[in-house]
Amino acid sequence: MSASSALTRPRRRRRNSAAARANRDGLLMVGPTVVIVVAVVVLPVLWNVVLSFQSLSLVQIHTSGIFGEFTLDNFTKVLADPDFWASLRTTVIYAVGGTAGSIALGLVAALALRRRFPGRGVVRAAMLLPYVAPVVAVAFVWQMMLNSQFGVVNIWGQKLLGWNGPVDFLGQAPYALVTVIAFEIWRYFPFAFLFITARLQAVPGDIEEAALVDGATPTQRFAYVLLPQLANVIALLSVLRLIMNFNKFDDVYLLTGGGAGTDVAAVRVYDYLTGQFDVGGAAAQALVLAAILVGFLLIYVKFFVRKEVDAS
Amino acid sequence: MTRLAVEERTLTVLRWLVIAFLLVITVFPFYYMLVLSFVPIEQLLLHPSRIYVTAGEFTLGTYHQVLASVQDGGQGFAGFLRNSAEVAVATVVVSLVVSIPGAYAIARLRFFARRQVSALFLAVYMFPAIVLAIPLFVAFAKLGLVESLVGLTIVYVVLTVPVSIHMLRQYFETIPESIEEAAALDGAGRIATMLRITLPLAIPSIMSTGLYVFMIAWNEFLFALLLLTPRRDLWTVSLGLAQLSNGIEVPKTVLMAGSVILTVPIVLLYGLAERALTEGLTTGADKG
Repeated sequence: MSASSALTRPRRRRRNSAAARANRDGLLMVGPTVVIVVAVVVLPVLWNVVLSFQSLSLVQIHTSGIFGEFTLDNFTKVLADPDFWASLRTTVIYAVGGTAGSIALGLVAALALRRRFPGRGVVRAAMLLPYVAPVVAVAFVWQMMLNSQFGVVNIWGQKLLGWNGPVDFLGQAPYALVTVIAFEIWRYFPFAFLFITARLQAVPGDIEEAALVDGATPTQRFAYVLLPQLANVIALLSVLRLIMNFNKFDDVYLLTGGGAGTDVAAVRVYDYLTGQFDVGGAAAQALVLAAILVGFLLIYVKFFVRKEVDAS
Repeated sequence: MTRLAVEERTLTVLRWLVIAFLLVITVFPFYYMLVLSFVPIEQLLLHPSRIYVTAGEFTLGTYHQVLASVQDGGQGFAGFLRNSAEVAVATVVVSLVVSIPGAYAIARLRFFARRQVSALFLAVYMFPAIVLAIPLFVAFAKLGLVESLVGLTIVYVVLTVPVSIHMLRQYFETIPESIEEAAALDGAGRIATMLRITLPLAIPSIMSTGLYVFMIAWNEFLFALLLLTPRRDLWTVSLGLAQLSNGIEVPKTVLMAGSVILTVPIVLLYGLAERALTEGLTTGADKG
């Protein structure tokens, strides 16, 4: 940068022009994608903020301009509605229950399949079926299995387990939420299983051997040797799953339609939009959801992304 | 017996019980789906506890009925299949064409705002669909893109591009830069290097990314529901099954045949490329 620059200048200029070329090429390659993503995601999200301050019905959408009259009505209406808070409570129970359950089951599965045995590859592949299969198909199969008239679960429950009558798993208040959470656990434990299995493979064998030599029992080895190694991946899974479950729509909508005490926030937003044609109300609720989500995301970024970005 | 011996013995038994339990809960629903798809509805109502197909009641009529077009008295799933395939394949192609240069640029080139671009993709990728759904729905209504497969494809491309870029970028970063530098010394330009050197090396990763994108597009439900519901001729298989299973007109075992039709392509792909897909699932963190 100083006295010796006379000597180094030509070289630096060449490097600068290479950097300039890299900059230009990079922008050319990624620019169109950024434009599309901004146009289809970022702008609509910003517009969602605008919408939430307007009183709009679906019918008016075609005629109204982008900036109509602004009002806080949507928020006061949403926040004053006891149903909204009830729905938020349901959402939290659902998200936390689904997250904890799927991680616990995934952990159990990963530990059970840790040691090699004949046919492990097939079992492992089967384990992922609930996660890769289309949600509409598996939700429909669950509905059929739980059907109170001819579903296997009810028929066999009455035959073998001596239930007094069919249980209305999807249409009755306490059961429906439990069923929906069970579905969530079933569908996403493979995801936790994959992550935890990958992490288990990276655990160095010698610490466990040392513990074995010291006479540690399997549960002790798990609690004092394995679990600390898995803490990070479990924390990561918790944040990821909480974010996803908190805004889950498909699974609940398909199983119960949001009835019988399963009115989670995302289904409520959908109902506002298509059932009551209240765009402003839906947008305001989505904004409240997004605010909560941004909170989660900040936690995620603070604890997990910083390292990754610095490393790259 | 010592605690060690007790624990080891119980855990050995418990381990097999757990494996058996996991196999039952993961496989049985799919088995049940398959069995009911070959049975006329009357037989199901008559023998609801039967979980196998007898030779006498076996039928392919359910599949005929679900696939045949509405004019022929069926449910039109053949048409839904075509819609789903068109949208999913178009999504894979466009998403890859857009993502490959994008991922390459983020992995290799230091350009202005590279980090911000990377962060933007991550944010979009973590953003839940329902929050995007309202403004997109409203915007598409204004632009006249509702009730069209093109509109749906645009949404799917945008939803999958961040995942594709993320997956491909990680792979590009593992290719040593020295290979490309060697090509550059031999006089190849940036584009030639990318096309002739880097892309062929990345083929496996491109395949797994493509498969993962296909799976997302094929399985997607919310945006199909929002954009296509009024037009039955445009329904995807997922949407068609969901819409028809809400009603009572169509026999449930016919719809079971429909859900087999919806599931089989994904399970086949998964069987063909299990490793590629699981790789996608773990590196692509999560969406869904």
